Amino acid sequence: MIGFIFSKVARAVITLLVTVTLVFIFIRFSGDPAAALAPPDAPQEVIDQYRRALGLDQPFWVQYTGYLNRLAHGDFGYSIHSGRPSLQIFLDRLPATLRLGGIALVISLVAGLGLGAVAALNRGRPVDRAVMGFSVFAFAMPNFLFGLVVILTGSLMFQVYLGGQGASGSIFGVVAPALTLGLASMGSYARFTRSSLLETINKPFMLAAEARGIPYKRRLLRHALPNAAIPLVTLVGLSLGSLIAGSVVTEQVFAWPGVGQLLVRSVATRDIATVQFLVLAIAATMVIANLIVDLLYLVIDPRIRAR
Amino acid sequence: MDTNTQNRRSGMPMAVRLALIFIALFVLFALFGQWLSPHEFRATSLFDRLKPPVGFGGTWEYPLGTDARGRDLLVRLAVGAQITLIVAVVGTLIGAVLGSLLGILAAARRGFAETLVVGAVDVQASLPIIVVALFVLAMFDSSFTLFLLLIGLSGWEVYARLMRGAVLTAKEQGYVTAVRALGASPYRIYLRHILPNVISVGLVQFTVNLPLTVLLETALSFLGLGVQSPLTSLGQIMSEGRDRLLTSWWLTLFPGVIIFLLALSISLVGDWVRDKFDPTLRTEN
Repeated sequence: MIGFIFSKVARAVITLLVTVTLVFIFIRFSGDPAAALAPPDAPQEVIDQYRRALGLDQPFWVQYTGYLNRLAHGDFGYSIHSGRPSLQIFLDRLPATLRLGGIALVISLVAGLGLGAVAALNRGRPVDRAVMGFSVFAFAMPNFLFGLVVILTGSLMFQVYLGGQGASGSIFGVVAPALTLGLASMGSYARFTRSSLLETINKPFMLAAEARGIPYKRRLLRHALPNAAIPLVTLVGLSLGSLIAGSVVTEQVFAWPGVGQLLVRSVATRDIATVQFLVLAIAATMVIANLIVDLLYLVIDPRIRAR
Repeated sequence: MDTNTQNRRSGMPMAVRLALIFIALFVLFALFGQWLSPHEFRATSLFDRLKPPVGFGGTWEYPLGTDARGRDLLVRLAVGAQITLIVAVVGTLIGAVLGSLLGILAAARRGFAETLVVGAVDVQASLPIIVVALFVLAMFDSSFTLFLLLIGLSGWEVYARLMRGAVLTAKEQGYVTAVRALGASPYRIYLRHILPNVISVGLVQFTVNLPLTVLLETALSFLGLGVQSPLTSLGQIMSEGRDRLLTSWWLTLFPGVIIFLLALSISLVGDWVRDKFDPTLRTEN
């Protein structure tokens, strides 16, 4: 078990290190930052001065270790527009994104689990077909279209404009973007819960429970559902990626002042330091989340511990 | 997924048939739709700005209305559909070929090559492709070729993982040992014997991946970071119409509904193909 934990942690660290290295190489070879920072008509000496100040005259290896050193000390560079540390800009935006993503995750998990369980219990009936149809619908629906339709119906039918920053205070102003963000995951959770539950219902221990005279409802809620939910932990970990990707688009559609909007804005204005930091932060979040999912398995599934 | 047992016996379910019809119509529209309109997709007309579609106060001069520069929406949708189709198919193909080759290479050579490929798959899986694309687009000038390559990167890691697994299994089969004992060269074994046995895995994944590529292209273009004006795509048309959502809804809703129906149709067909060809391959998504 110690070996299992060690190999998972080592793999996560290596993955992160490779990502950091790739980001560094990409930034170094994308152009000359000195020429970009210096005034357009600057003489060669001034550009050279910038190069020295930025350490660009050093050998590649020295620049790389210097970069790692700065990252390790929490120095992630400064925005070329505001001059503020990119870490600070990110932290300012983080609460809004966490609020949106958290509500989206809760909505999609509760609705997805519920729909999936209802579908599994009514296998083959119209309810089941409707849920499966909804899951395909949710998968194929582009979140930017869904968001715009929500804004449009909100404005035309309820006279609420959801696309402005002012809307983020009201309940409806949070639920609408959260629903947009969580829709795709909701569909996949429903589909997954259904198939996982159907698989579990046919396991021998369910037959044993029936033989012991445990009532149907209790068998289902206390015996089948917890077992069926184990693989869902992996799915939630994996869907973190689509949640992050989705928040980039959703925040843009609803003018939500979060990290996703910051990323798009920084890309459009070529604020490399901020973009770089956001990429590293997203990679770190996903690697750590996957690590937690792997380790969580040890806690919730005794079968892995026994191996 | 396993609801359609009776349908599988009797042939294609109705939804899949409708989906195939829509895909055929979409391809026809992308290829020949430009001839439905006398206008050119970049031609502006200042006197015909923001004309509504027929049935909402518009005229047959512009059946689906015009945008803020008086360009005909019908012909723009046709050109946009064409670009979206090209990017989706070429992009998915690049990812499929690249990922499959790497996966086969990893399984065939084992050792260091395999470690490299598996490590690269891990790294790719740690970043959503839309974030990778945004990172690259922040540093390089957006060009159509670069954008196509970025879209091509999406999903390669899935092919690599699947193909590696399939080849590793195929290598252990008795027929490979038999062919090797007969003195066949490794190239012959891989090209003539193993590849035909694993190619269905790649083909099924292609149909599963295609709608994701459509959604990625349209999302990036919608953010204004994909296909750039004067060229257009369904996502790019939506991005231009976004600011006029409440007054000129046709600019966003028409391309949006086409994107949705296209992604829906392809994934319905993809699910059907997956269940038909390889029931063991069900990846939950």
